[in-house]
Amino acid sequence: MVTLVSPPTDLGDSGQFEETRISLKPNLTGMDRAFRGLLAGSGVIVLIILVSIVVFLASYSWWALKTFKWHFFTGTVWSAPIHPGVLGILVGSVIIALIAVAFGTPIALAIALMINEYAPPQLRAWLTGLVDLLAVIPSIVFGFWGLEVLNHDVSGPVSWIANHLGFIPIFRTTEPGTYTDSVFVCGLIVGIMIIPIVASVSREVMSQAPRDTCEAALGLGGTRWGTITDVILPFSRSGIVGGVLLAISRALGETMAVLLVLSPANVVSKAILGPYANGDVARQVAEYFPVADVHSQSELTLAALTLFATTLFFSLLGRLIARRSGAQE
Amino acid sequence: MTANLLMDPVDAAPTPTPSDRPRRTRRVSRDGTIDLAGAAIASLAAIWLVFTLAGVSMGNFGFFFCWAALSYAIYGILVWRRHGVLLTKDRLATVAIWTGGIIALIALASVVWTVIVKGGPIVFAHFPRFLVIDTSGGKTGDEYGVGQSIVGTVEQVLIASLLSVPIAFLTATYLVQSKSFLARIVRNVVDSMTGTPSIIAGLFMFIIWVRPHGVDGKNGFVAALALSIMMIPVSCRAAYEVIRIVPGSLREAAHALGAPERRVILRVVLPTARVGLITAALLGIARTAGETAEVLFTAGGNDRFNWNPLHGWQDDLPLRIYEQVFQPSAQAITVGWGAAFVLMALVLILFTGARILGATHSHNRRRFSWLRQRRQPASES
Repeated sequence: MVTLVSPPTDLGDSGQFEETRISLKPNLTGMDRAFRGLLAGSGVIVLIILVSIVVFLASYSWWALKTFKWHFFTGTVWSAPIHPGVLGILVGSVIIALIAVAFGTPIALAIALMINEYAPPQLRAWLTGLVDLLAVIPSIVFGFWGLEVLNHDVSGPVSWIANHLGFIPIFRTTEPGTYTDSVFVCGLIVGIMIIPIVASVSREVMSQAPRDTCEAALGLGGTRWGTITDVILPFSRSGIVGGVLLAISRALGETMAVLLVLSPANVVSKAILGPYANGDVARQVAEYFPVADVHSQSELTLAALTLFATTLFFSLLGRLIARRSGAQE
Repeated sequence: MTANLLMDPVDAAPTPTPSDRPRRTRRVSRDGTIDLAGAAIASLAAIWLVFTLAGVSMGNFGFFFCWAALSYAIYGILVWRRHGVLLTKDRLATVAIWTGGIIALIALASVVWTVIVKGGPIVFAHFPRFLVIDTSGGKTGDEYGVGQSIVGTVEQVLIASLLSVPIAFLTATYLVQSKSFLARIVRNVVDSMTGTPSIIAGLFMFIIWVRPHGVDGKNGFVAALALSIMMIPVSCRAAYEVIRIVPGSLREAAHALGAPERRVILRVVLPTARVGLITAALLGIARTAGETAEVLFTAGGNDRFNWNPLHGWQDDLPLRIYEQVFQPSAQAITVGWGAAFVLMALVLILFTGARILGATHSHNRRRFSWLRQRRQPASES
C-alpha cells in the first residue's frame, strides 16, 4: 500500500534542496492510483504511436530492403521500381536543408540578437510576435508563394550568376536558360521557414549569458559588437549549434513547399540552380505514393523511413546539445 | 582579448561634454545616420548607372541585393576612415543585424501581401458567396467557392483537437509530475515527434487504414487521426512549458492541506495554468489547420459538400490549395489563392486569439499574486 515516491514538486531540481529532501510516503487511494495510471497511460499512448509508426513503416518496407539490400542505400539514381537508389532523392533533401540553414541561420541569429540586445523595449514584443507568426504560416502557403513569387524574383540574379560564373561546377545548370523550380529556390523557402526555430532556441541561450560579464565588457569600454563576440556568442555557441541541428531536421522533412516548387530528375547532381537535378524524399513520397504499385510503395516507404531516421538523428543530437547548454526547446 | 574590446578614442565628441550629462549608450548619432544615408544614396546611384549603362540585368531582386551590398561596403569604408577598425566592426554589425531583421520582415510581408492581393479580390467579390458555395461550379460558370473545404477543415481540426488535446495535456502533466525512467523516455519521444516529417504521419495512416480499405478508406476522420499524430506532440510541448511554471508553493500548500494528488492536479495545478493551456491548445490548432502532407493521403479531396467526416471523401483548405495549384486555368489558380486567403485568415484569427489570451495570462498572474499577498495577513490574524 505504501509506496516510496519523490516529492511531486520541482524542489529536487534546484540542487540546494538536495540535502533536506523529504520523501513523502502517501497513502495512495484507489482513485489516486487510477489517476496516476491515467497520466502514465496517456504518456504511453504517445510512445505507442511512435513505436507503431516505426514498426508499420518498417514492415511495409521490408520487401524493398530484402530485395535490394545495401544497393538501395548506395544507388545514386532513383528510378522506381527497378533501380531505387535512395541517394538520388536523399542527397537533394540534404542539399535543400543545407541551403536553408546557410540562408536562415544568419537571419535568425540577427533577429535573436536584435530582440535581445539591439531593439528598443517597445519593439521587442512586436519582433517576438513576428517570429511566432512566421512559425504558424502554413507550409503550403509558403510553397504557393515560393512558386508564384520567389521563383521569378530569384531567377534574375541566379541567371546572371549562371551566365557569368558558370565555369564553377555548382553554378552550372542542366537546362540552360531555366533557373526556376530548383533545389536552390526550395532551399531559400525552407530557409525562411526555419528562421523561427533557430531564432527561438538561440534567443533562449543568449538570454542566459551572464549579464554582469556583458556589463563588465561594456564598462571597460567595449563596443556592443565586442560584447557579443567575446561574451554572448562563446557562451551560447553550443546552444546555437543545437538549434541549427534541430532546424536541419525540420528542413529535411519539409514536404509541401518542396512538392509545389521543385522539378526533380532524381539523380545526384551538382546543378543546384536549375530544375531536373536532385530530388527530395518527402516530395517523392507525397507525389507518387498513392498512385504507385505495391513494390514502388514499399521502396518509397523505405526511403521515407531512411528520411525519418535521419531527421530523428539530427533532432536528438540537436536537443542533446541544446539541453546541455540550458535551452528548453 | 581585452584590447580587442577597447573602443577607439576618436569616437569621443570633439567638444568635451559636461560630465553631469548622462551618456546614452544606445543613442543613434547624427553623424552615423548621415554616413549611412550617404552610403545608401551613393551606392544607389552607382548601381543604377551600372545597371542602365552596362546593361546588367538581374531583376529587381538582384538590383536590391547589389545596392545593399555596395552601400554596406561604402558605409564600412566611411566609418573605417573616420573611426578605425573597432568602431567599423561595431557599426557594420549593427547594420547587418537590422538588415537580417528587415529581410525576415520583408519575406513575411511578401507572403501575407501576396495572399491578400491575389486571394482577397475573389473572396470579397460577392462577399459571403465564396465561403458558402462549393468548388464544383467553377468548371461551368463563374460560381465557385471553397465552402466544402472550410467545412472539412473545421470538422477535421475539431475532431483532431478533441482527440489530441486531452492526451497532450495529460501527458504534459505526467511529464511535469513524474521523474521516472518512463517519463524521461516519453519526454524524448514527444520532443522527437515534434520534428517528425509531416509526410510520415500521412504515410502511416495510409498504410494502416486506407490501404486495407481501398478508396473507401479515405475520409475526414482518418485525416483527423493523421493530424492528431502531429498535434499531440506540439500541444504537449506547449502545455508542458505552461504547467512547469505553476509555482511549487501552490502545490505544496495544497499537499500540506491534505489534498490527494489528483485533487492537487485537477483543482490547483491545471486551473492555475488554464489560460496558458488554452493558448497552447489554440497554437496547436493553428499549426494543425495548415498541415497538408497528412491529409494528402487520407482525406481524399472533394469539390462538393460532404458534411459527414465518417464516410466519403472530404475536402479541406490546404488540400484545396494543392488541388488548385496545378490546374491549367488562371481562374482555378485564383480560387487557390482565395483558399489560401481563407486559410491564412483562419490561422491568423487563432494565432491572434492565442496571443491576446497570452497577454491576459500575464495580467492574471499578476492579479493572482496580488490576491495572495492580500490574503496572507488576513489568515495570520
